[in-house]
Amino acid sequence: MITVLNIIITGLIMGGIYALISMGLSLQYGVAKILNVSHGEFIMIAAMLTWVFVGLGIHPLLALVLCCPFTFCVGFLLHITIFRWLNINSGTAAAYESNAMLLCFGLYFIFSNIAMQIWGSNPVGFQFMEKSVNLGGAIIAVNKIIVLIIALAVSILFYLFLSHSRLGKSIRAASQDPVAAGMLGMNIKKIMAICFGIGAVLAGIAGTLISMYSQVNTGMGMGYTMIALIVVVLGGMGSIPGSMIGGMILGFVGSIFGYIEPSLSMVAYYLIILVLLLVKPKGLMGR
Amino acid sequence: MNRSNGGGSRIGQYIIPIIIIAVLFGLSFLTRTGTSMRPSYIVVLFVSILNYIVLAVSWNIFSGPSGYIALSTAAFFGLGIYVSALFGESLPLPVLMILAGAISFVIAAIIGVITLRLRGVYFTIFTFGLVLLLQYLILWYEVKFNNLRGRTVASVPYNTVFLSLLVLVGIVLLAAYFVRKSRFGMALSGIGECEDAAAHVGVNTTMVKVIAFAATSFAIGAAGAAKATTMIYIDPPIAFNVMMSFMPVLMVIFGGAGTFLGPIIGAIAFTILQEQLTTKWPKWYMIIFGTVMIISIVFLPKGLVGTIGEMKSMQKKIALLGITAGFMLIGFGFTQILEAAGVSIGGLVFPLLFGIAGFVIFANVFKRHKGKEAA
Amino acid sequence: MKILEGKGVSKSFGGLKAVSDVEFYVEEGEILGLIGPNGAGKTTFFNLLSGALPMDSGTVLFGGQKISGLKPNQICRAGMGRTFQAAKNFPGMAVYGNVMMGALFGKPGRSASEAEQITDEVLDFVGLTEYKDKMVTDIPLSAQKQLEVARALATRPKLLLLDEVMAGLNPTEVEDAMKLILRIRDSGITVIMIEHVMRAIMTICDRILVLHHGAKIAEGTPQEISTSKTVIEIYLGES
Repeated sequence: MITVLNIIITGLIMGGIYALISMGLSLQYGVAKILNVSHGEFIMIAAMLTWVFVGLGIHPLLALVLCCPFTFCVGFLLHITIFRWLNINSGTAAAYESNAMLLCFGLYFIFSNIAMQIWGSNPVGFQFMEKSVNLGGAIIAVNKIIVLIIALAVSILFYLFLSHSRLGKSIRAASQDPVAAGMLGMNIKKIMAICFGIGAVLAGIAGTLISMYSQVNTGMGMGYTMIALIVVVLGGMGSIPGSMIGGMILGFVGSIFGYIEPSLSMVAYYLIILVLLLVKPKGLMGR
Repeated sequence: MNRSNGGGSRIGQYIIPIIIIAVLFGLSFLTRTGTSMRPSYIVVLFVSILNYIVLAVSWNIFSGPSGYIALSTAAFFGLGIYVSALFGESLPLPVLMILAGAISFVIAAIIGVITLRLRGVYFTIFTFGLVLLLQYLILWYEVKFNNLRGRTVASVPYNTVFLSLLVLVGIVLLAAYFVRKSRFGMALSGIGECEDAAAHVGVNTTMVKVIAFAATSFAIGAAGAAKATTMIYIDPPIAFNVMMSFMPVLMVIFGGAGTFLGPIIGAIAFTILQEQLTTKWPKWYMIIFGTVMIISIVFLPKGLVGTIGEMKSMQKKIALLGITAGFMLIGFGFTQILEAAGVSIGGLVFPLLFGIAGFVIFANVFKRHKGKEAA
Repeated sequence: MKILEGKGVSKSFGGLKAVSDVEFYVEEGEILGLIGPNGAGKTTFFNLLSGALPMDSGTVLFGGQKISGLKPNQICRAGMGRTFQAAKNFPGMAVYGNVMMGALFGKPGRSASEAEQITDEVLDFVGLTEYKDKMVTDIPLSAQKQLEVARALATRPKLLLLDEVMAGLNPTEVEDAMKLILRIRDSGITVIMIEHVMRAIMTICDRILVLHHGAKIAEGTPQEISTSKTVIEIYLGES
């Protein structure tokens, strides 16, 4: 019983993080048409920066706030430079989509290796609220509960932002029909760049949160990218609610496998997706 | 393409295949430069080059015209490596290669049937996931059931590996050449240019894609089996190294996707660059790799061969090649200066990097890009 | 003889019924017009017939054979050709190559020389010979529309689905397109055409089928349709 409770709570925490990461990826793909396979590198950079900040005596929660403008700027600047040039040089929308994905692989190599040059490849970490509490028998560290609360809060805020704010509505319009949205006077290029930036921020927040409860290293990015890709396929490409549900499902699967056979969780994720694609090719929430 | 099947060019069709066979036959004499116990450096280098030519040309046969980006190269290459690791003691190299190819073919066909019905991005994600899946699965199996992490591979004399790869390269190049001219090749380009239209004129798109993907995976698996015998020790992260998925993509994009010569040129240039950088500047290798990849994708969308082929005037073509050669010479001079200053770096790194830079810059200057926005 | 007949053909997207329970038939050798306001489900209906989209329910018989549930390439090889509303062609190939694709793959086992012969014939038939070496992006709109038809004809179909081949053409070009469709019919090919150019529909169609909100609301000769109260109401009500 206590094991089940532990699995559920761990699943919630992992699911919250996965949902956060995947929403960012989904936004970048849904609006900017970039399948950002360097997504995990933004997670890694934010996690490593948090570690650096904490080393300088900055509180982790303040580091969380400090990382946001940084990741946003990196994402935004990348979009208005190389992705814009790529768009100009690509003949068709389909060519742009596949080239943009390959370009992100190039970014992955650059980011992960520069980070490795700077910080090496050993795991690093810091102490943050390591006391544990007893939740109905399950022993859970306080930092994990804080991480879960922040992850859920950010997810809900992001969802409200998309559904209620003016910019959020423009983003949704742009994702459904960029041509029509452009005719209505929206600056599509700017919206796409902002979306890419926001996606990077969501990854960055996830990175900081991960660093609060576990050790991090410069090679952690690709694993999270893979998870985000799987969640996005599971939930339906470009669907934000799909990412939230998919993230939670994967979190629970990961949590269950964490008890049975941790080294097989990635194998399980992959097989789930393969079966899902046979049954429902557009993902759970895809249309 | 349009009337190439017409009467007059029937003999012309065989000129390039004959050249290919002649060149490869000529290369086979390189084995005389060393003994089977002590291979010459040129043979060792050629094993790497030939290996990458197989990967790049195979990748280009399917992904070039169809536009479906396969990132499974490392998966099938790794399977090939494990076939050699498991059966290398008991089976001769050609049998190992065929076995590895057959296993790759079957797995590629299964993955293809499931994911090639869907949009291209799904296929790319899945083929990439396959690399990690096999890596984790085999590592888990080895640790759990065999209580080991890596394995040694029975080595085969370099000259034998070289000759086996030479034959494989010959098969792959001839396949690449004839597929381009064939009905099957037209179906593949039709899929890449407009899949709906292709389906509605009677092309069985799923079958064409699956066959092309599985058949090219056969060659990749076979190459892995051959290359493994020169590796001595392997473990899952070495065998299923994601770089092996990206190197062929970079080579093809740089050389020119969908062209015949592009992948070969790309494979030669980047194998040399890789060999020299990993020995002298291992830390910078991946960063340079990523940078060149981005530059090629953004500023050289048609690749080396495609860019030259697109130019209308002969003068411009010659000028561009001349400038590139000039940049390579500058790079060569730069290396000499560095050597004199005591910095040791592989002799071809700067000539190649300078040449790439010169080509990219002046190709774009000549083009004065008038491209339109895509999205 | 009925070359194509369907019962209960339905398709919905999410909750929206794009095509609902359509029953229809096409006589061999006739030109059937398919009309209806924008969003009536005409193109979706074509996509269902040609296999581009799977049907939710319903059966379609083509020459007595069940084709519902088959894939586009199988339906094409069974003898149904189609064009696309927004021209879908192979931009990397010349006009000749585009038509050649239809000739090569339209029927199993065609040799290259047979396919070349068919391509030449079809190019001549639709009047595209002068453009045959041009890239598709370099030819005028009317020629692109003709190319759509040519590529479908090169598969040597028994039945041809034409999706707005006259949209965007000037009056002279519309006249030519009408003549072309009549010549296609006279060569023994049955035609179903979606069209907004009423003059063309009323002049060349033998029968007309009217779709509205995915449902068939009227069917009959041009004379009957042009005097039908329901049809007039829908068209007046919409505009």
